[in-house]
Amino acid sequence: MRVKPMSKSEPASATHYPAAKSVERVEHRTLSILVDNEPGVLARVIGLFSGRGYNIDSLTVSETEHEKHLSRITIATQGTPMVIEQIKNQLERLVPVHRVVDLTAGQTAIERELALVKVRGKDNNRVEALRLADAFRARVIDATTLSFVFELTGKPEKIDQFVVLMQPLGLVEVSRTGVCAIARGPEGM
Amino acid sequence: MQHEMTGAEMVIQALVDQGVEHLFGYPGGAVLPIYDELFKQEKLRHILVRHEQGAVHAAEGYARSSGKVGAVLVTSGPGATNAVTGLTDALMDSIPIVVLTGQVPTHLIGNDAFQECDTVGITRPCTKHNYLVKNVNDLSRVIHEAFYVAANGRPGPVVVDIPKDIQFAKGTYVGPRNIQHKTYRPRLKGDIEKIKQAIELMRHAKRPLFYTGGGVINSGNEASVLLRELVKLTGFPITSTLMGLGAYAAHDPQWIGMLGMHGTYEANLSMHGCDLMICIGARFDDRITGKLDAFSPGSKKIHVDIDPSSINKNVKVDVPIIGDCAHVLEDMIRIWRSISAQPDKKALSQWWKQIDQWRARKSLAYKNSDKIIKPQYAIQRLYELTKDKDTYITTEVGQHQMWAAQFYQFQEPRRWMTSGGLGTMGYGLPAAVGVQMAHPNSLVIDIAGEASVLMTMQEMSTAAQYELPIKIFIINNQYMGMVRQWQELLHGGRYSHSYTEALPDFVKLAEAYHAVGIRCSKPADLDGAIEEMIKVKKPVLFDCVVDPNENCFPMIPSGRPHNEMILGDAGVDPESAITEEGKVMV
Repeated sequence: MRVKPMSKSEPASATHYPAAKSVERVEHRTLSILVDNEPGVLARVIGLFSGRGYNIDSLTVSETEHEKHLSRITIATQGTPMVIEQIKNQLERLVPVHRVVDLTAGQTAIERELALVKVRGKDNNRVEALRLADAFRARVIDATTLSFVFELTGKPEKIDQFVVLMQPLGLVEVSRTGVCAIARGPEGM
Repeated sequence: MQHEMTGAEMVIQALVDQGVEHLFGYPGGAVLPIYDELFKQEKLRHILVRHEQGAVHAAEGYARSSGKVGAVLVTSGPGATNAVTGLTDALMDSIPIVVLTGQVPTHLIGNDAFQECDTVGITRPCTKHNYLVKNVNDLSRVIHEAFYVAANGRPGPVVVDIPKDIQFAKGTYVGPRNIQHKTYRPRLKGDIEKIKQAIELMRHAKRPLFYTGGGVINSGNEASVLLRELVKLTGFPITSTLMGLGAYAAHDPQWIGMLGMHGTYEANLSMHGCDLMICIGARFDDRITGKLDAFSPGSKKIHVDIDPSSINKNVKVDVPIIGDCAHVLEDMIRIWRSISAQPDKKALSQWWKQIDQWRARKSLAYKNSDKIIKPQYAIQRLYELTKDKDTYITTEVGQHQMWAAQFYQFQEPRRWMTSGGLGTMGYGLPAAVGVQMAHPNSLVIDIAGEASVLMTMQEMSTAAQYELPIKIFIINNQYMGMVRQWQELLHGGRYSHSYTEALPDFVKLAEAYHAVGIRCSKPADLDGAIEEMIKVKKPVLFDCVVDPNENCFPMIPSGRPHNEMILGDAGVDPESAITEEGKVMV
């Protein structure tokens, strides 16, 4: 009903924007985006995420079909179901975007990541690092008397775990590609 | 249609082939080859503005009033950055324009050259799409594509950045007929199953309401005709956003006024109390919804929009229909007719009874005076004296804009040009220049505020140069009125920097611009002064001195729901206007 004009003593807490939306459950999703491989296309995609306040957990991109000038971008992101829907719609609105597929939606996607892990150590630590690398099926791709570089592929969680185990053994640095994903079964994107 | 020419020649040829007749622009080093070609031809008329922001707003006014794509040509660096406000404005309000920017030669890009800026980088988030042309053989295709992208789907601004060496280089011109975009093909027809679902909901609705927006106007005049037909067929009430005014005739009894922050009591309470909301070409902006979790709590919602990202962005809807308004409205009418659908007449007449009681509140009423001009009165008189003419209205942003929306009655689409989404002060004057260019024999009035209009006042010089008889009707209250109103209501009446001291003498200013200045400060003189303004065949600055303390009501304050409006104190007391039943509902 009728509201009297606010009295002057009332705190000016109100803004002219609506209140923040109530908190909803946040979901992790992996999106695969097929785009024209043209200058600035990655900037468009990333700019959309930063401009609208969406999260990027990881991002991989490379040309996949040279003749058609197509690139495939894989983005791991998180948000409420409404935000995820917005992300997909906003991406599809970009002119050079062909398709956006939510690989997590069907729960049938395969996700892999590659990591290069440098470990420095002596004696027992060195032996233990090699033994664990063997258990994780990591390959040694560089070695000195002081260090190893391991190459490891797998799900992101597996790499996380390997990195945690290497920490006490002399972890120096890690380089990771970010998630790259594809749907199971005979169908393409 | 293929032959050799320079990049600069291609630009002119492509614009001509796209049907462009007017090009708003400002020359500079990086576009000189194109200006040289402009000099040699007569098909394309160039309008020299006084600031690049003015060029973009003029093109917006041109596009909105004519339905064509507006075209702009500016130079590199500051030319491009000055255009950014206009680009953002056009993006927010979905206005189709193509802006060609000059760029330093390709070999200098990235070298911090004179008047270089990263135009595609800067304009990426404020355009629908943009291009940097690095090969002259791509140039004509890109320009044609730019026009396609600007006009199709949800319209918007497109930038084409053209380095100077590309303008000199020779290449092959391709005509527009050979162009089809690889991926961008917006969907026009709505899903017929969804439309059938919508019709089912409409047949059984007890308290239905049409809520329409700028999408109907962008869809073309046909969409307005179809909307009127559907509203008549169903007998439902209709309200519209600021952007959608004119799509439905304001004199029609089914029209219940604009909705939103400064919308009418009846429109907002109908939104709050309806059981079926039929949203056509609007986007549930925060100025419409107010407090989101209390927005129209008891309604099912149908949403027709050409842009899928508008659906479920702010408000979850029950029946989303992705498609062009005119196409969907046509299908709706066809299906409604084919099943001889009838609305629930008994419930509908109850609903109308309720709405009429809200209407009786007269929420737009104000206390008039015979000593000082009330701004609302000024706009009412302006409407009465111009309604039978071929009139186009533009506005700046602020209180005067809201009063114009409330008191000027729009009967036709494309007659109302205002900056809705971005709220750009300084929009109206250059927009009026563009509108007058598109409609040389019509009466074009910018309902302005004295603060806004000073932001782009230099375009009076453009109006004078091209003898455009635009009328700048300044509602002069010496304040940034809307800022002052918020400070009064929310910040304890501390009018921090919202009063403009040392305003120019607008009458003398008009004369300095070779225009006519008229001042009016008495209500009794107003009609005569407005008639004089209309009669003058030159640009006019009309200084309408109004009550500086008037506030714009009704108003939904700060994050409140629709049923908590502040009303002015001049209307009918709500207690006597609303029944017991109505109280329960709101």
